[in-house]
Amino acid sequence: MGQMRPIIRVEGLGKRYQLGEGRKAYGTLREALAGALSAPLRGLRRGGEGETVWALRDFSFEVRPGEIVGVIGRNGAGKSTLLKVLSRITEPTEGRAQLYGRVGSLLEVGTGFHPELSGRENIYLNGSILGMKRAEIESKFDEIVAFSEIERFLETPVKRYSSGMYMRLAFAVAAHLEPEVLLVDEVLAVGDAAFQKKCLGKMGDVAREGRTVLFVSHNLSSIAALCGRALYLKSGRLAEDGPATKVVESYMTKATGGAPTAVWGDSEEAPGTSAMRLLGVRVLDARGQVSGSFGMDEPVRIEVTYRVLQPGLEMNVGYHLYNGKGVLVFVSVDFHDAEWRDVPREPGLYRTVCEIPGKFLNVGGYTLDVALSRAAGQSAEVFFKEAVAFELSDEGPSEVRGRFTGEWQIGALRPELPWRTTRLAGEGQWD
Amino acid sequence: MGMITENNAGTLASTAIETAAQRAPHSLPDEPLFTIQPSKSWAAINLRIVWAYRELLYFLTWRDVKVRYKQTALGVAWVVMQPLLTTLVFAVFLGRVVQVPSEGVPYPLFVFAAMLPWIFFSGAVTSSSNSLVGNAHLITKIYFPRVLIPLSAVAARTLDFAVSFIVLIALMAYYGVAPTWGLLLLPLFVALVALLALGVGMAASALNVSYRDVGVIMPLLLQLWMFASPVVYPVSLLPVGWRRLYSLNPLVGIIEGFRSSLFGRAFDWTAIAISAAFTAALLIYAAFSFRRMEARFADIV
Repeated sequence: MGQMRPIIRVEGLGKRYQLGEGRKAYGTLREALAGALSAPLRGLRRGGEGETVWALRDFSFEVRPGEIVGVIGRNGAGKSTLLKVLSRITEPTEGRAQLYGRVGSLLEVGTGFHPELSGRENIYLNGSILGMKRAEIESKFDEIVAFSEIERFLETPVKRYSSGMYMRLAFAVAAHLEPEVLLVDEVLAVGDAAFQKKCLGKMGDVAREGRTVLFVSHNLSSIAALCGRALYLKSGRLAEDGPATKVVESYMTKATGGAPTAVWGDSEEAPGTSAMRLLGVRVLDARGQVSGSFGMDEPVRIEVTYRVLQPGLEMNVGYHLYNGKGVLVFVSVDFHDAEWRDVPREPGLYRTVCEIPGKFLNVGGYTLDVALSRAAGQSAEVFFKEAVAFELSDEGPSEVRGRFTGEWQIGALRPELPWRTTRLAGEGQWD
Repeated sequence: MGMITENNAGTLASTAIETAAQRAPHSLPDEPLFTIQPSKSWAAINLRIVWAYRELLYFLTWRDVKVRYKQTALGVAWVVMQPLLTTLVFAVFLGRVVQVPSEGVPYPLFVFAAMLPWIFFSGAVTSSSNSLVGNAHLITKIYFPRVLIPLSAVAARTLDFAVSFIVLIALMAYYGVAPTWGLLLLPLFVALVALLALGVGMAASALNVSYRDVGVIMPLLLQLWMFASPVVYPVSLLPVGWRRLYSLNPLVGIIEGFRSSLFGRAFDWTAIAISAAFTAALLIYAAFSFRRMEARFADIV
């Protein structure tokens, strides 16, 4: 297997996005014209000098025929960008990828399904969009219908389908794609357990036929089970490449391995724009000491220091909190600070602190993405991913903590909320 | 249930790996099927790739046609109603009341003959300029040559054109206007108006991805364009000195040519040549600019 030539060869692949792009940040013609008039040399298509971010950088790897490769990483690590570049939906900014086989991509099931069209019509439309030839669809038509179990509703517009029927039909078409390389993004996250089982079975078939699969998922257990090999992406770079079980394991440990401080000061590296600059982020305990591990009943303070450079700037500080499973637990922004509401922060140095109360988050590792934004802006002006990390544990004598102890495996939060039970005197439920 | 799923997957995966290992290293081509890399800044649309995707073009066109008539009670009848009703309005106000001349052809027929290419043109331009934005869900999820989208939007309108053409034949019979040999040139003008609509539609749809203003401006622009074209009045209504300038509007040569071939009048070859040259230049421009912007569609749409 080692000598086999690769079917996918990726060399130094990189993709840079204009910040705000992809988030419906299209401009209006007026802005572009105004921009072109005020700075005619810059040209229309550059669309201003926004901040850019590398969603993918220096990415190289090879995949051999018949391999099933899982792709894991936190949200925004570049997994979907990788698939989009490999499936030619978006162009890379640098580097190249060579594909030695017919590629089919499945970034979504039911791409191009039209609600007004019947099941039959959508099989043809969707199949053709996925890259199947008409003759191919015709020859597999009965098989697709049988797999989808929707025979009776073949002539019904899919807008009348239940979501389960819709997914079954959509997956049935996709499952009959026969490319040599299949790129799959999270499609198994949909459907009920029985349907998932069927899909996994079908994917197993795909691989047994010797086809190559690149499979993105948040579901680490299905990656470990389904893939022989996994790629771990971190901030757009390849952090680890190896046997799936090993990579999944180290991903789970590393996901909480960040430091509780990130300090740039007024240096070149400090993330920022001409209006604001992020100087540091620290995780502090109740005494104001930097700490990376907390008891779960302790408050956690997030301290952000930054410099405002533009006069009259109304701005906000916020963060995204992710747990070790990559779940976005919540987003918090200092909108509610009455003192600074509608008050511009004049140029100078600022510190903003947010306290996450104790007995609120579940135990485990957490990472924070920090954002500085204009009050009027739609998206963050400065956004730093995985700036800091900390861990909550539940150790110590349970006499002190009462019954609020032990690891609860489920739920991102574990808040202590007021509960009250009353024994009712009479028999009337609502008396 | 979850456990069953995982166990099952585990077995399947391990079988898969074994089989892959046993598989003989065959059938990989020496050259990559394709290479993904940043595109050169100046490249035109690759027609060979578009041709390879012709079946998808057919299905996208078929979808546009189907969907458009599926939910309307009158269905295809609308295709005929639109030019007929518009013609009726103009026939009453301009033909009867204002008495606009129509060069010896009954005024309603005169207008209807121009309404066909005009409604095809404006419909094709409208739907193609909104097509990329309207198909954002496809563009961000799957690869295919993006030009298929505005192309299918234009193609879907040719069916409407064909249906209304039957009505035109009926109207000519009703008014007793016999076709002449000039009719043989009609396909030329149909092709020209389709290509012109495609050129405008491609450029507008690509611009519309970045600047949604285009979708707003287009209806207004089309309305003005109609009155700047000889749809409801003959070119002969204009002072002779202005006619050359007037025919810089590429629709002038096309619409007049359309009428000439139907009613057997002399062709204004200069105006037709201007239209053809304009259309060719526009298509070349659109092919390049569309290709250049195509690389970013999925990122900004």
